[in-house]
Amino acid sequence: MSNTITTPTAHTPPSSPGAPVTPRRRRQRTFATRTRWTGWGFLAPFMAVFILVFIAPIIYSIYLSLFHTQLVGGTSFVGFDNYVRAFSDPVFWGGLLRVSLFLAIQVPIMLGISLLVALAVDSGRLYGSDFFRISIFLPYAVPAVVASLMWGFMYGRRFGLVGQLNEFFGWDIPDLLGPQIVLASIGNIVTWEFVGYNMLIFYAALRVIPSSLYEAAAIDGAGQWRVITAIKIPAIRGALVVATIFSIIGSFQLFNEPSILQALAPNAITSTYTPNLYAYSLSFSGQQQNYSATVAIIMGLITMVIAYVVQLRGMRKDA
Amino acid sequence: MSTKTTRRLLAGTALALSAALGLTACGVGQDPSKAAAEGGELTIWAWEPTLKKVVEAYEEEHPEVKIDLVNVGTGNDQYTAVQNAISAGSGGPDIAQLEYFAMGQFELSESLAELNEFGADKLADQFATGPWEGMSTDSKVYGLPMDSGPMALFYNAALFKKHNIDVPKTWEQYAAAARKLHEADPKSYMVNDTGDAGFITSLIWQAGGKPFTTQGTEVGINLNDEGAQKVTKLWQPLLDDKMVAPITSWSDEWYKGLGDGTIASLVTGAWMPANMESGVAEGSGDWKVAPMPQWEDGNMATAENGGSGLSVLKDSKNAALAYDFLEFATVGEGADLRISQGAFPATTKDLNDEEFLNRKFDYFGGQQINKVLSDSSANVVPGWSYLPFQAYANSIFNDTAGKAYISNTTLSDGLGQWQKSLQTYATDQGFTAK
Repeated sequence: MSNTITTPTAHTPPSSPGAPVTPRRRRQRTFATRTRWTGWGFLAPFMAVFILVFIAPIIYSIYLSLFHTQLVGGTSFVGFDNYVRAFSDPVFWGGLLRVSLFLAIQVPIMLGISLLVALAVDSGRLYGSDFFRISIFLPYAVPAVVASLMWGFMYGRRFGLVGQLNEFFGWDIPDLLGPQIVLASIGNIVTWEFVGYNMLIFYAALRVIPSSLYEAAAIDGAGQWRVITAIKIPAIRGALVVATIFSIIGSFQLFNEPSILQALAPNAITSTYTPNLYAYSLSFSGQQQNYSATVAIIMGLITMVIAYVVQLRGMRKDA
Repeated sequence: MSTKTTRRLLAGTALALSAALGLTACGVGQDPSKAAAEGGELTIWAWEPTLKKVVEAYEEEHPEVKIDLVNVGTGNDQYTAVQNAISAGSGGPDIAQLEYFAMGQFELSESLAELNEFGADKLADQFATGPWEGMSTDSKVYGLPMDSGPMALFYNAALFKKHNIDVPKTWEQYAAAARKLHEADPKSYMVNDTGDAGFITSLIWQAGGKPFTTQGTEVGINLNDEGAQKVTKLWQPLLDDKMVAPITSWSDEWYKGLGDGTIASLVTGAWMPANMESGVAEGSGDWKVAPMPQWEDGNMATAENGGSGLSVLKDSKNAALAYDFLEFATVGEGADLRISQGAFPATTKDLNDEEFLNRKFDYFGGQQINKVLSDSSANVVPGWSYLPFQAYANSIFNDTAGKAYISNTTLSDGLGQWQKSLQTYATDQGFTAK
């Protein structure tokens, strides 16, 4: 490349002995600068979009979180006051504790079922496994809002499926929208929605395991259980970690399901039920956008730290 | 190829120019009726069912005007959506239905267009005082009243007759009737309630309580005054003994319950008949209206519940046209259209109109319900006021006082928690809270 470009210098008349050197150097320098800028040029469309839709909102939120707007008195700069407030806000920590509980119980159940289903489909011993796979995945295609509405109606004791079961069989299924159980009811909806999605991640990872490993295992006389524990699960560890991280993020961002069910259980699901719901209420019914931004940023940081720790631990070679 | 482009460019410029001209015309003229003749597009967010026909009539009269009437939710859902659109700075309606209690919040945040420039202040004597004062502050008008909500007892007379229940005149009798009915038919409840700030505050209002006082930026909140205590003493035993149906108002189940006898009565505002006719067709002929039960036998005290008007948002690009619609819907032809569909007016002319008072409602078995409702309008306990952030206050009612409906927390303690949260919010927002 550089040769072709520098060849013209050969044609310059040798009027002065030093002349050929200087243009060559200059040309080389312009070429170098141009290459540098060409790279940025290629990056520009991405960077523009990245800054606009990714960096700008975060910076704007941080900017918002440093102010305090009042109905009386307007806006004033308050530094980190909002953060101090958040760290001693029992409502915020209550919501965080609730989603943590949700995370600790719902995520293992959901991923366990997903793994089980993925292994079953992958085993090749299932009759009509394609159909099975599609039907397990189908709920993921149902929008979360619709799913919540649907389950909400089923949970109803006076009008829904639960009500009809109670009436028909004379059962007494407790109020699934009551304050004690409603978190579990939300967990059930989320599990229903995401088992298929996680199953697909696991299944895709299972499909790329080289069959030579299975053959070797068969020659060594390993049974199905041994194949699963010694080959399949270690081989899909990456997929397990990814699914876990997605689920952690999903749990901390819990919003749609409680927000929809709130209409059916207004007292059990408060406007501060999850951190996201809290941020939403702060901003849209309380007009406390500044504090809402603060809550959102803190939640983002907490989620990032936990997801990162899980990734570090999950990806460790000797884990 | 190039001629085509030029032509397109020309056409585009012409369009842009004429649009600009049209805009200027609007801006300079500021004449609502002229704006209506010129036409344009309006978006209205409202849940009031009688508005649909008003919109149709207006569009027929002004063929150049296109109106999009959207129901984004009742009450707090609407305010959240409107607030949302205001914060975003776009996507909001030109006209929004706002209840009187919610006006303060939107006025305080300067989200509403002042309507004096269109001549709204000259309409003052056409409206009942309460509603008019609800829509204006310091002689600045921020909306026109659409209806008012003096309260009355709506009851399923057929069900009452079946179970031999007399129409209660006092709250004590009301509570006794609730027990009698639920005992006679365990599927029937006298009333539904899952924690409704508007309902509880209206009861406190009728009982003579004044929990909210505002003087400038000083806000007083006392949800344990004599009025509030009367209310909790009445309601707590009913909640304890599960005499109150755990059905949320305005839910599908609620409409169904009003029709099939699950819910036997409602104590609510005079705007209810229109909602019953449109939402509870099944109950037609069974329901009747009686005066609101009293705290002391022989009294005539009532309170308002809800009642709303239409406001033009500050962000509206069609304010003059929007105002023209407001006049049409509240004092013009639209008002009559709404009354004929069962809406309860806020205009003095209509409130005292013989024809209005004598009108027989087929839905209510031919009863002249407007006589009851007009009486109620005249007996509203004076001196009540809401908080300047009542819409927010109502939105957190269920977080605090709502506990009384699902746990061992008493309603009185729940109201105490509500008060505490409101005081915290008031202080945070720069008010002096007492």
